[in-house]
Amino acid sequence: MTLVADKDLALIEALCDGLPMHPHPYHVLGQRVDMSEDQVIETLKRLIDDGVIKRFGVVVQHRKLGYTANAMTVWDIPDDRLDEIGVSMGRLPFVTLCYQRPRRLPDWPYNLFAMVHGSERNKVLEQVECMAKVLDLETVQRDALFSRRQFKQCGARYKQRREETRS
Amino acid sequence: MEETRKHLLDDFQRDFPLVARPFEEIAQRVGMTEQAVIDAYDDMLNEKYVSRIGAVVTPNRVGCSTLAAMAVEPDRLEEIANQVSAFERVNHNYEREHRFNLWFVVTADSADELDAILALIEKKTGHDVMSLPMQRDYHLDLGFKLEWS
Repeated sequence: MTLVADKDLALIEALCDGLPMHPHPYHVLGQRVDMSEDQVIETLKRLIDDGVIKRFGVVVQHRKLGYTANAMTVWDIPDDRLDEIGVSMGRLPFVTLCYQRPRRLPDWPYNLFAMVHGSERNKVLEQVECMAKVLDLETVQRDALFSRRQFKQCGARYKQRREETRS
Repeated sequence: MEETRKHLLDDFQRDFPLVARPFEEIAQRVGMTEQAVIDAYDDMLNEKYVSRIGAVVTPNRVGCSTLAAMAVEPDRLEEIANQVSAFERVNHNYEREHRFNLWFVVTADSADELDAILALIEKKTGHDVMSLPMQRDYHLDLGFKLEWS
């Protein structure tokens, strides 16, 4: 894995709030980080090729588009089956994120997380049932944590205002 | 929703054109003018159908991030959630149905800084934070397939 250079980081940071709605968005973006339009475009291409940027494009708001039911499904998968199950789960069309995370026993026994979005709660629950059947996980301990209120959602910040660490 | 808007939402979630005038390229593909494309995206941003046009960064390739959870007394949830949201490095913050009812993502420049921010959040809120950093990503992000009814 390559380290991300400061200049690349500055560009990613400038993109946090998204492309400006301007006929030459990469030019406008470049002005903020002292790069030319071409440099911005070439840098973004390279970061995508290197896998630093996983996806570049329109980021939709699921809730506003009617996908109001959203469950973070969590599973306690035997360690020796985790990779096999994780890869299969990550390919299901209604799964939008699929990560291995650490268990925190005794509070938290789950090591696999998969986000499922749907138009209504029952549909999401059906999809979770379907996941368990298809992947032979019916006896595995699992839970589905539906979201309620959204308190904050924005692009990640990679540069911190200094006062935050001092308080 | 109009057909053209559906295309603008569906077709450019990945591989957004990396050319000098991306909206013009999109305009040609969907049969609109460049200005109409820009206006449509601008409207969808204002109406919050689109949160941004930009980069989804691979976790832990840029900086260091974690998913964190807290078990908060239900009658204090809003107050504690607002304290958490006030941290600039918190970029998602949701209520979920569980004993662990507050879930948020924290991003920092380094592992040390991340630990420091989590400690500050614990101090500020008076609640323990359970940190669950990603260990492996099993999902290939192709954007979200919208189903139009």
